[in-house]
Amino acid sequence: MSTGEAHAPTAGEYIVHHLTHLNSTGHAQSAIIDWSVWNLDTLFFSIGLGIVTLLILIKCASKATSGVPGRFQAAIEILVEMVADQAKGIVHSAESRKFVAPVALTVFFWIFLMNSMDFLPVDLLPKIWALISGDEHAYLRVVPTADLNGTLGMSIGVLLICLYYNVKIKGFGGWVHELFTAPFGSHPLLYPINFLMQMIEFLAKTVSHGMRLFGNMYAGELVFMLIALMGGTATVFGFLGHVVAGSIWAVFHILIVALQAFIFMMLTLVYIGQAHESH
Amino acid sequence: MNLNATLVAQLVVFFILAWVTMKFVWPPIVKALDERAKKIADGLAAADKAKSDLAHAEKKVVEEMRKARESATDVRAAAEKQAAVFLDESRAEAARIIAQAREAAEAEAGVAAQRAKEALRDQVAQLAVAGAEKILRKEINAQAHADLLANLKQELQ
Repeated sequence: MSTGEAHAPTAGEYIVHHLTHLNSTGHAQSAIIDWSVWNLDTLFFSIGLGIVTLLILIKCASKATSGVPGRFQAAIEILVEMVADQAKGIVHSAESRKFVAPVALTVFFWIFLMNSMDFLPVDLLPKIWALISGDEHAYLRVVPTADLNGTLGMSIGVLLICLYYNVKIKGFGGWVHELFTAPFGSHPLLYPINFLMQMIEFLAKTVSHGMRLFGNMYAGELVFMLIALMGGTATVFGFLGHVVAGSIWAVFHILIVALQAFIFMMLTLVYIGQAHESH
Repeated sequence: MNLNATLVAQLVVFFILAWVTMKFVWPPIVKALDERAKKIADGLAAADKAKSDLAHAEKKVVEEMRKARESATDVRAAAEKQAAVFLDESRAEAARIIAQAREAAEAEAGVAAQRAKEALRDQVAQLAVAGAEKILRKEINAQAHADLLANLKQELQ
């Protein structure tokens, strides 16, 4: 990380610098898992966008009228109805939907906003932060969903909701019984295999849930950095390449941003819906 | 790509956001949506009802018109019949009155003729007596010939 002061960063250094979090230690985390470290940038942007999400939704909710809706209210209502319809189709308990549907709405809106941070120029916020902090080499990553902590945090939240509904719907005994007898059947010899399968299922669901969103956003961010590197060469070819590729990728990324938010929301509903069904 | 305490913080934030949405965002919006859906359903039902009411009223109007026309025909027929009866009665009454009047006139004329005859007879008798008196003044005593004159008068009656 100690680039020489004299020369501009190489392509590799530029990428690595942009992929390093602003964390509580001040330098890149070396251990794969270190519970004493906080990624301050992820926390700042995810909490900030969470507050924005709530402000937008609460503003709409406080002015919601059953009369003729304004454009803002109609836009939010389209989202709410979309989420409510999906929830109705997947989670068959009206009581559970009172919590599950709002969770899905929050997840969709919040992730959509966090993913949208990708549309800002890759160097804009890091440069501003470097000016504010006075450290030319300050780290900052602006997309909270391109941080595995952010996405796994949410997918583990979904896992906890799933466990809660497993116990609530089937009873603790019923759920434990299911853990040992499904999917292969009730036979003492099959108990360990069933249990192993169930554990793998929960683990795979949660990890893939978080990893899918993380992978997409991380890759998207990386591509934006590579495109920015083209412009960074300050040649005619590099400039044209930056403009053309940057435009195409940004337009395509709109689809990814919305799609990944939608997929995360749908999987949240599907996993919670599965917790309601007995094998 | 490393895991750290951020994950736990994100987990907590996730639940806080979800809880706030459940508490303050979802219910009012869904309530507004449901109320609007109900309003629209009510409006459509009212429109349907108005339409069926209109059809009903039109049917009733046609029925009433038919009834009115029928009763008008009845009234006219009855009036014509009554007029005919009245005309017949009037005619009969008129004939009766004419006949009565004729009878009365004839009776009166008979009486008058009788009276005239009698008056005429008296006058003729007096004239005869006066003539005879003039002729017989000198030779006939009125008292002596009274019986004769009375007989004559009787005959003339």
